[in-house]
Amino acid sequence: MTMIPNAVEIKDLRRTFKTKAVKSKKELVTALDGADLEIKEGELFGLLGPNGAGKTTIIKILATLLFPTSGKAEVLGYDVMKDAYQIRKNINMVSGGETSGYGILTVNENLWMFSQFYGIPGKIAKKRIKRLLRVMDLEKKADAKVRTLSTGERQKANMIRGFMTDPKLIFLDEPTLGLDVNASRLIRDFIKDWMRSKTGRTVLLTTHYMMEADELCDRVAIIDQGKILACDTPANLKRLVTKESTLKLEIRKVQDISAFQNIKGVKRFTYDHNITAGITKLNFILDDEAIVADIVAEVPKSGSKIVSVEKSEPTLEDVFVTLVGRGLHEN
Amino acid sequence: MKINRNTFKWSAWLGWQMESNWTRPFIFAIYAIVRPIAASLILVVMFYVITYLGDPSTARANFDFLFIGNAFFMYIAQVLFGVTWIIHDDREHYRTLKYIYISPANYFVYILGRTLSKILITTFAVIITLAFGVIFLEVPLNPLGVDWLLFIPVFIIGLLSIIAFGLALAGISFLTAKHTMGMNEGIAGVFYLFCGVIFPLSVLPDWGISFAKILPVTYWLDLIRTSLGAGAGIDTAVAGTSVEVSLVVLIISTIGFALFSIGTFKLGDNLARRKGYLDMTTAY
Repeated sequence: MTMIPNAVEIKDLRRTFKTKAVKSKKELVTALDGADLEIKEGELFGLLGPNGAGKTTIIKILATLLFPTSGKAEVLGYDVMKDAYQIRKNINMVSGGETSGYGILTVNENLWMFSQFYGIPGKIAKKRIKRLLRVMDLEKKADAKVRTLSTGERQKANMIRGFMTDPKLIFLDEPTLGLDVNASRLIRDFIKDWMRSKTGRTVLLTTHYMMEADELCDRVAIIDQGKILACDTPANLKRLVTKESTLKLEIRKVQDISAFQNIKGVKRFTYDHNITAGITKLNFILDDEAIVADIVAEVPKSGSKIVSVEKSEPTLEDVFVTLVGRGLHEN
Repeated sequence: MKINRNTFKWSAWLGWQMESNWTRPFIFAIYAIVRPIAASLILVVMFYVITYLGDPSTARANFDFLFIGNAFFMYIAQVLFGVTWIIHDDREHYRTLKYIYISPANYFVYILGRTLSKILITTFAVIITLAFGVIFLEVPLNPLGVDWLLFIPVFIIGLLSIIAFGLALAGISFLTAKHTMGMNEGIAGVFYLFCGVIFPLSVLPDWGISFAKILPVTYWLDLIRTSLGAGAGIDTAVAGTSVEVSLVVLIISTIGFALFSIGTFKLGDNLARRKGYLDMTTAY
């Protein structure tokens, strides 16, 4: 059996930042706290965690944008501290939720310029740009100035910029952040197709969309407060909580939710208020299914009405709640 | 090597697009002609007001000195402001710095390419200004009388020294936000004051003259005036120095500043990567 080499190897990686939280008083913030990670070549690997968990810091270090404070990080066998140039020839990065690009240039001009920064021969660059514009459904905007594009179109152009260099390893930092359903789906489908058509290519994807990680990733690492808490396939991670039951309740007019926390047999409990709809979603991880009746009985006592009840299969969100003790969108 | 060549070429093209493509070509052409003339006319008016009160016998020589110095100072202002603005703009406005930085393109070469476009545009402005001076203000500049063998090497070496200053400031810009613009204004002001741009160095105190003599731009402007045969007729405090000596000093100081600027740029780059400033957005 041949050993698949690592595309990324991180050992005891630490990164701290000095910030001026209070006027004239410096504070040390730990972004990465001894993270260990191995990503095999050919994997579509997901880093899942809330805002500030350390996902982007890992990507910045691996993409040679940031030095680690201590520890070791290797990309495609090259040290991020010493071999930045070797790494840069083989990687690319796409960040979501931002509007990067020179607005004064057309989409084609922007992409062409970046292709030249990578030394891609002219004919190949033109061919790749044309093909990717078609795949990303952006052909009609090829000669439009970047400043005239919508957020989704800009992100598609950004994706083309990242993939047109045919990188061995690409970092996708929240690539669907802030996009509508159609644009998100197109980008997810593109990532899947790219991985299928290119052997030995690796993707490191950060997201806080659980469904995205579940749908796309071969393996997922759950990160919180700079520490990798678990790393496995989505199926294996979900098995961590299969012994437990999960219950999702949607209730209206809730006045006091503290009572739900104290029900015996509730292992974990998170909630999410949708103020506009006037609905609160309650997520329970239970030691024993038998207490579902107790929870349902608690609803009228808390002055609420049940909108829906769902006994569901565990999701990566449940895994996250089990490991971290809080929901992904809670601070 | 191919990547560096491409990076230089396409970053220069990008710079040209950024400078010129913001409006229709006709409007840009008007702007490119009117702007340098208007900037020079401010000084011309100030000069006439001052000489009206002063000694008219030296007015012509002083005017030529000022006009030539001011025209070539455009390079200093444009390169110093331009280079640092590239870092700030790419990082915070266009958010492209990180993508260029993580490409195999050498960022130093990228900045050089962008600087080239600034120099080309400034050259156009300088030519327009000089032509305006010759036609309307009787500046005694005759292309047949120019010592081209002196002018061309001096011009190129001087530009290299200005680019070197710009790159040093670019290195510092990695570590700062918009504050760099204040720093640029200060440094450009130092050059304006101490390099004999609009008045001869001899009016400066002794320590000022000593300081001026270590700056390559001082020798550059002096040799430019000498080679053009205009504005060189008054005491500049380096006027006693022979052309050969001035040229040697210009070359040595340019090499010194080039080494300093490369070191400063690399240090700034390294510190920015250490501190996490390469994709900083301050929203200033």
